[in-house]
Amino acid sequence: MMRVPKLIERMDFGLLSPDEIRKMSVTRIVTADTYDEDGYPIERGLMDPRLGVVDPGLRCRTCGARAGECPGHFGHVELARPVIHVGYIEVIYDCLRATCRKCGRISLPDSKLEEYLNQVAEMRKDGRKWWVVADEIVRSASSVEKCPHCGEKQQQLKFEKPTAFMEGKNRLTPSDVRERLERITDDDAMLLGINPEVARPEWMVLTALPVPPVTVRPSITLESGVRSEDDLTHKLVDIIRINQRLSENIEAGAPHLIVEDLWELLQYHVTTYFTNEVSGVPPARHRSGRILRTLAQRLKGKEGRFRGNLSGKRVDFSARTVISPDPCISINEIGVPEYVAKTLTIPVRVTAHNVEELRNFVRRGPDTHPGANTVISPDGKRYDLRYADREELAKTLEQGFIVERHLMDDDIVLFNRQPSLHRMSIMAHEVRVMPGRTFRLNLCVCPPYNADFDGDEMNLHAPQSEEAQAEAWILMRVQEQILSPRFGGPIIGGIQDHITGAYLLTRRDTLLTREQAQQLLAAAGLAVDLPKPAIKKDGTRYWTGKQIFSMLLPKGLNLAYKAKICENCVRCKKEECDIDAYVVIRDGQLLNGVMDARSYKALDRCEVLDRVAKDYGTTAAREFLDRVTRLSIAAATMFGFTTGIDDEDIPPEARERIDEILDEARDKVNKLIEIYNLGEMEPLPGRSLRETLEMRIMEVLAESRDNAGEIAEKYLGLDNHAVIMARIGARGSMLNLTQMAACVGQQSVRGERLSRGYKWRTLPHYKVGDLGAEARGFIGSSYKRGLKPLEFFFHAMGGREGLVDTAVRTAQSGYMQRRLINALQDLRVGYDGTVRDDRGGIVQFVYGEDGIDPARSDGGRAVNIEKIIERVTGFSGG
Amino acid sequence: MVEFDVRRHVLVPKHEVMPPEKAREILEKFRVSPHQLPLVKASDPVAKAIGAKLGDIVKITRDSLTAGKAIIYRYVTEG
Repeated sequence: MMRVPKLIERMDFGLLSPDEIRKMSVTRIVTADTYDEDGYPIERGLMDPRLGVVDPGLRCRTCGARAGECPGHFGHVELARPVIHVGYIEVIYDCLRATCRKCGRISLPDSKLEEYLNQVAEMRKDGRKWWVVADEIVRSASSVEKCPHCGEKQQQLKFEKPTAFMEGKNRLTPSDVRERLERITDDDAMLLGINPEVARPEWMVLTALPVPPVTVRPSITLESGVRSEDDLTHKLVDIIRINQRLSENIEAGAPHLIVEDLWELLQYHVTTYFTNEVSGVPPARHRSGRILRTLAQRLKGKEGRFRGNLSGKRVDFSARTVISPDPCISINEIGVPEYVAKTLTIPVRVTAHNVEELRNFVRRGPDTHPGANTVISPDGKRYDLRYADREELAKTLEQGFIVERHLMDDDIVLFNRQPSLHRMSIMAHEVRVMPGRTFRLNLCVCPPYNADFDGDEMNLHAPQSEEAQAEAWILMRVQEQILSPRFGGPIIGGIQDHITGAYLLTRRDTLLTREQAQQLLAAAGLAVDLPKPAIKKDGTRYWTGKQIFSMLLPKGLNLAYKAKICENCVRCKKEECDIDAYVVIRDGQLLNGVMDARSYKALDRCEVLDRVAKDYGTTAAREFLDRVTRLSIAAATMFGFTTGIDDEDIPPEARERIDEILDEARDKVNKLIEIYNLGEMEPLPGRSLRETLEMRIMEVLAESRDNAGEIAEKYLGLDNHAVIMARIGARGSMLNLTQMAACVGQQSVRGERLSRGYKWRTLPHYKVGDLGAEARGFIGSSYKRGLKPLEFFFHAMGGREGLVDTAVRTAQSGYMQRRLINALQDLRVGYDGTVRDDRGGIVQFVYGEDGIDPARSDGGRAVNIEKIIERVTGFSGG
Repeated sequence: MVEFDVRRHVLVPKHEVMPPEKAREILEKFRVSPHQLPLVKASDPVAKAIGAKLGDIVKITRDSLTAGKAIIYRYVTEG
């Protein structure tokens, strides 16, 4: 158990009283100077040795501790005249407005105050936010013209930015303000939202200023030996200097005007000391013109203390570089550049079993790869191998030493890509040290990281303890993350070429010679005997692609499903399917059907990979995926696969037919407009005439676009590579292709045809009120043929909406996710299946009400009877 | 105005007050103190309709998208 030095029972937030400031101060600071000519800190100066130590070796004059242990001690400055604290300026304004200028009571009748006081007491008892009452009180009390207590006529009080108050024509000095605040009774303070047990209103006007210890504002010694002071120290120097001049002038009985000016200057310096970003105050600058970073700036914002140093920290043992693909390494692995491997280290304790190996690491030192950077002896001394006598050290190495050796093959590291939106954004990989300067990753892990290689960078973290490494290996390794908890299917799987290659290989007419078959198996990393050839022709033996693919499937795998290319015929011909879309796998043999997106594509309903992962375990799934992707790529390379702009070529007669269809559609639209203009249009239920017309036109145009696409599709057969990719779901869609080949179609903004721009028309090229197809953003051209200038303009309008949408969506969903995570972060599922919060309170009596982990279930159900029957019999029930 | 029984509304699931015996069993089953259960105010229209009193445990049986039927217990509190 960890020792608890002090238990926090309660916390109060209040203001520091001047007395408290003096009490916690170890010295009063009087001189603005920091060091004397010899470089020693001046007593009662800003660097007074009693304020704490920063230089190593010295002991603190106050607590006697060394640098690093001494937390530092506050000093204080006695201000010659009171100064307003900018941070409380609004509270001060409220207090002044709500109270009488003479008697200091809140300008409301006693009965009212009594009532409020009871309310506050009640709310405090319930632990509610009692201070919100103040808003209402200030609002009603500030407009009172005559004090109900002493009858004094109130004057209009104006707040003048940044720190001044005007009463009529008189300007209130901070002293006046403080006097008035002093007159507020404790009960009244309570009603103004200030708890007098911890804060008095007048403490918002400073008479003494705490000087933070030197540990808060350490000075930096440059290489040239010149000391450079912290921004806070600079600001404190200004304050003390002006304070001194002010008190001298007051003592000498200087004219009122001069004292007033100095006082204001002091107010400015104290204000900018607290925050250098007050509107209406020129920011305090360094001599070089750089704006000083004072107290508020240290805490505020993304790089401030809270967001930058407490919620998020910089860490050791991490690396970041560009990522690039490597289809040859396993999904579990990550290629680490040698340079990174030599910088990141793993501590290894010397035992009887590894002394010799570790001695060799030590001998090789920090510059040769499998080496070591430091050695730590049992007494805690560190030896830097860059400077130590490595041979000598290796000899003395014995049990109990710790060697910080280089990152090596098979080490476990965490790999991460921002934004870390789900748990698969950080996964554990096994290291493969490689030449080059980039991290290499298998293409199958792109989907969970949402990574591509257009310059993406990723982070790597090396867990140091054996415990952390084991935990990462068991829970976070890539293969353990294949099934996503989001939808229960694989999020890691084949992409693009992996699908194409498998399709080409498993097509009905794919026959392979012995050499080809062996080459493919070698690529897949299989060193097994070929099965019996399926076909013998003219003395040569041929293997089918399905045979080769089957060799990767685990024995005993039974599956039957419809592939992605299935055209959903009215009557399914099953095994006799014309396009081989009915997949049958029995006992690990692919008997029928082709492999496409339904087989093992990431983020798809991939039957094969899903089955393997759920029935044969994650290791089998990883092996299958590693092999199948390499096989597919080898197959695609062997058969050759390419796509180009001529894949979108359609014959002239097709073009003519498409143009005819589009012309017909235009005529139809014109006819509709004519009917509309004649007032003969029948409105659809719940729609105005105009809306009806728009809907009818959209309908006609959408239909014509679809018809044009269909014609193009007829001429784009399965011998077309672009079509193959779209049909099997590897990349692109038929819509993409028909837009390129036939017709782009209607452009829209907010789901309507384009209508804005000029008065009653989109562009001055059209007549006012033209509702025709072209005038409202219909694009009859194809991307391949090219857009006409006006069409291009409309296309840009539609495209702009898409861009804005994505930008807005990411911002909104990001914020939503942040709030969700904040709300749910402490929930966990207990061993009894309940979901509980950090206090043990029950949120759900059974996780998800059904107690099912989607990643370990089949289609969201605990038992999938259909699948079991199918697996046993090899036939699907449907 | 005709008094409407909220329990008859389609969106209101079945609520029952648990007898003290059963209530104790439930607390034991989940190993919780009453305050760790989800709460329902005594002023809740359904709680009033079924006559749930302060300190009672209410059993709610509702339709669930994932499980078909889901049973939730709520502790009746002040308010």
